[in-house]
Amino acid sequence: MFALRPERPATIEVAVEGQPLRVPEGASAAVAMLLAGIGRTTALSGAPRAPYCLMGVCFECLAEIDGVANQQACMVPARPGMRIRAQRGARRAGPA
Amino acid sequence: MSAPRTESFEAIVIGGGLVGAAIAWGLCRQGLATVLLDEGDIAYRASRGNFGLVWVQSKGLGAPWYQRWTRASAGEWPRLAADLATRTATDVGLQQPGGVHLCLSEPEFEARAERMAQMQREAGNTPYEYRMIRAPELRDMLPGLGPDVVGASFTPYDGHANPLRLLHALHRAFTEAGGVYVPEAKVEEGAAAPHDFAVLAAGRRFAAPRLVLGAGLGNAELAPCFGLAAPVRPQRGQVLVTERAAEILPMPITTIRQTQEGSLMIGDSIEEVGFDLRQTPPVMQAIADRAVRSFPWIGELSIVRAWSALRVMAPDGLPIYDQSARFPGAFTANCHSGVTLAGAHALLLAPMIAQGALDPMLDPFTAGRFDVRAAS
Repeated sequence: MFALRPERPATIEVAVEGQPLRVPEGASAAVAMLLAGIGRTTALSGAPRAPYCLMGVCFECLAEIDGVANQQACMVPARPGMRIRAQRGARRAGPA
Repeated sequence: MSAPRTESFEAIVIGGGLVGAAIAWGLCRQGLATVLLDEGDIAYRASRGNFGLVWVQSKGLGAPWYQRWTRASAGEWPRLAADLATRTATDVGLQQPGGVHLCLSEPEFEARAERMAQMQREAGNTPYEYRMIRAPELRDMLPGLGPDVVGASFTPYDGHANPLRLLHALHRAFTEAGGVYVPEAKVEEGAAAPHDFAVLAAGRRFAAPRLVLGAGLGNAELAPCFGLAAPVRPQRGQVLVTERAAEILPMPITTIRQTQEGSLMIGDSIEEVGFDLRQTPPVMQAIADRAVRSFPWIGELSIVRAWSALRVMAPDGLPIYDQSARFPGAFTANCHSGVTLAGAHALLLAPMIAQGALDPMLDPFTAGRFDVRAAS
């Protein structure tokens, strides 16, 4: 659905759901999710959601980033080697 | 402009929060044509900031009548929740699995044990089951307790609910039962005579033989107009809310509960700061610190919301219920436990008001207790 603009070279490699993907400098983790065509499922009903507002308000882009659950992916700049997974349902809480 | 025509009802309830709405719906249930006057968003609206406990174990130390009233309300709650579910298809999220109060030091544990023993003594012939539980056993009940937790008190009577859904369901049940809800209706004028009341609000004039003041902090100003007293003051409490997580807490704790949706609500503070709704980082920090000492894993969760609200507090911290001696038919109801006491307000207090007399069990809650001359 989404494609990169040609004038912005994709130079940063991240892993989305374990698959390598390149995004431009300054892109957020949510952009990587959009490019990969993935989204989260909600904590209560498990309904599918995708990144939406891209400005930190709607919480629809929740992702597990480098092992940390429920991150707002649109607020996290992509870094080389970043591991991004869509948040599936409620995160776990409790003793390790 | 001519005076508005009078709209006649069998009961006027002032205050559209949990107390007013529970009583108004209770009066409707008794078959009374009831109007509910709600001030609007300029009101302090304690009912929008509730923590959501249906809590028994620490209520009414030294005041067994309050303990009995709280127990009675917790006992009515399942009927309230079921009735609201049937009438409004709203699940108010009631769970009453029992609850614990954590103690983070030996002195806290000893003080709690003493308090619970006194509560049991004061319960008289009513069974009051509780247990003081030491940390090793507690660790099997609650996951990931911190090393600072030395023990807890437990009673089977405690629980929690969703306060916003409760407020919504009460309003919906009220209007669906034929009650008339009037928003943006701050009472501007009142006229009182025995069993004959009129109020001006929202440019309309309402009259009824019964009038109930359930306006929270607003009662302080309204009460004298109707031959009543409600010397209540604001007491601030702050609450933190975490992101949603999979269910982990099997029961509510005095200051930590996991909502049905998975959020952890963390409270609370007790602050005498007047009508000041600000939040303060040192208090928020103290709240978070105690939560993390109780359950270190809470520190991994993000706080996504926080708010403060003003409790409606009488000088002795107990509710106020009264019928005016000068103007019979006028009642007050004030408390800081609008969720816990919703069962009693809708299903016990409202029928008393409908019948025109408060049960003697409510006598100790009169505001007359604050009157030095009357008390001497």
